Amino acid sequence: MKKKLKIGLLILCSSMILAACGNSSAGDKTGDLEGNIHTLAISGSTSVGPLAEKLAEKYEKNNNIKIEINQIGSSAGITNAINGVSEIGMSSRELKDEEKESLQETVIAYDGIVVVTHPSNKVKNLTMDQVKDIFTGKVTNWKDLGGDDLEIVVVSREDGSGSRDAFQEIVGYSSGELIKSAIVASGNGNIKTTVATNKHAVGFISFEYIDDSVSPVSINGVDATAENVLNHKYVLSRPFLFVHVEDNLTNEGQKFIDYILSPEGQAIAAESGAIPVQ
Amino acid sequence: MSSIPIKKDAGEIGKANKRKYLLEKVSGRVFLFCALLSVVSLLLIIGFVFYKGSHPFIAEGYSFIDFLLGSDWVPSEDKFGILPMIVASIYATIGALIIGVPIGLFTAIFLAEIAPRSVAKIISPAVQLLAGIPSVLYGVFGLAIIVPFLQNNLGLIKGQSLIAVIIVLAIMMLPTVVTVAETAIRAVPKTYREGSLALGVSPIGTIFKVVVPAAKSGIMTAIVLGMGRAIGETMAVILVAGNSLIIPTSLTDSIRPLTTNIALEMGYAFGTHQEMLFATGIVLFSFILILNFVLARISSKGGN
Repeated sequence: MKKKLKIGLLILCSSMILAACGNSSAGDKTGDLEGNIHTLAISGSTSVGPLAEKLAEKYEKNNNIKIEINQIGSSAGITNAINGVSEIGMSSRELKDEEKESLQETVIAYDGIVVVTHPSNKVKNLTMDQVKDIFTGKVTNWKDLGGDDLEIVVVSREDGSGSRDAFQEIVGYSSGELIKSAIVASGNGNIKTTVATNKHAVGFISFEYIDDSVSPVSINGVDATAENVLNHKYVLSRPFLFVHVEDNLTNEGQKFIDYILSPEGQAIAAESGAIPVQ
Repeated sequence: MSSIPIKKDAGEIGKANKRKYLLEKVSGRVFLFCALLSVVSLLLIIGFVFYKGSHPFIAEGYSFIDFLLGSDWVPSEDKFGILPMIVASIYATIGALIIGVPIGLFTAIFLAEIAPRSVAKIISPAVQLLAGIPSVLYGVFGLAIIVPFLQNNLGLIKGQSLIAVIIVLAIMMLPTVVTVAETAIRAVPKTYREGSLALGVSPIGTIFKVVVPAAKSGIMTAIVLGMGRAIGETMAVILVAGNSLIIPTSLTDSIRPLTTNIALEMGYAFGTHQEMLFATGIVLFSFILILNFVLARISSKGGN
């Protein structure tokens, strides 16, 4: 009796473990079973991903199409688009020159990142170098930047976050260079709360989260506004790109891109916090 | 009953017995199934965490020693060292014990020995209700009250710190410590107290010289359980710890305990990074296992 039980338990356990492990590979194949419905494969940036998911969800409702979105990072998405593994790649960084040779790009929206401080902070403008010095710990007091004699408390997003990657890439420092004593908070809201309640603090958040509880800082004298992002004056911004190889793009793919650029698609983009192209 | 012929009765009793036995058997199986469910869940969780967490060390050539003793955690640069988090977890737990255990123990003594019935009737449910508050609310409370208090009144440049974590954890472990310790103290036979009092020892002397030593193993259990609560707490800690990646050297440093490292980064992690978070889980799990082992030793000693 006991032995039987033990064996049964073992089989149950191992099969469940196997099932759990096998899940990810099995999930990908379900798209193939849907027969004549066209499947549009999109892969790339984890920052563009959520927006693309939202757009796809709305688009799928009114069209006989299945859109599969894999969030695997910008570079991998671009490679997939070049190789034809995905019809469309998503990127949250500008294309490099050699990538531009084989790819067509469509800007579907912009994302802006704002450096924010406590409302009482007198520092309202920083240069890019100063931002870098703050986040890498070279400058540790606000008085060196024209503010009060207060120690700087750096607040950052967690490692792996798309916003953090983008911010670090634009400002020009790596995760290893980030000052060790930085507070790490998950999510834009959390950063905003931390900065709003600490007069020493400085952090970075997406455009959509800006309100009166924090004070936005201009970069190189340019205010963080949607217009300044669109006319490329505000540097802490990045485009959300859809990239494709011209020959690989099907009619359905083109229609989806057209839909995103339509007023309806752009409204969805604005709703989910991105800056619309128009 | 005696007037009814025995033969006629036998058949019915047999039938009733059969039904009874069947019911016994079925309910036995149902109970067994329920009991197995928890064992299976335990095995599944252990299996999954260890399977995922050991992968980088077995298949990808990472060194487990470097993982344990490395002080740099930069997943995007392939650096995985969790020493700062291990130290942070231990400091936070010890700190919480230093504050939480005396308060909890004195509360338990007060409730069991000193408080008049009417007062105990109010305090006891209050302490137990403290255990029912969702942990994230402790975190919100800490973020909204304790963190600003530390910043404004103690002049800390950031309230998210080791001391904030310790205060929150100390409050959180109170219900566990109080409830278990109180039960242990109440279980001390009345004759002990009477004997001590009859010898002329004061009531407070009786409590500390006779009752508390007699309830020692129960009180130790309370402390270990409180410790388990503190070391495993995540949601409350993540909001007040600051999650900095430094080995704390003072009470005002921001810390990142093991639990919050997992919770903070699991959302975006994939590949090796994710597996390393599971490995962090293994370390955390080992702490809990050691605690449980200690607990088992204490209670087996208490039985003798």
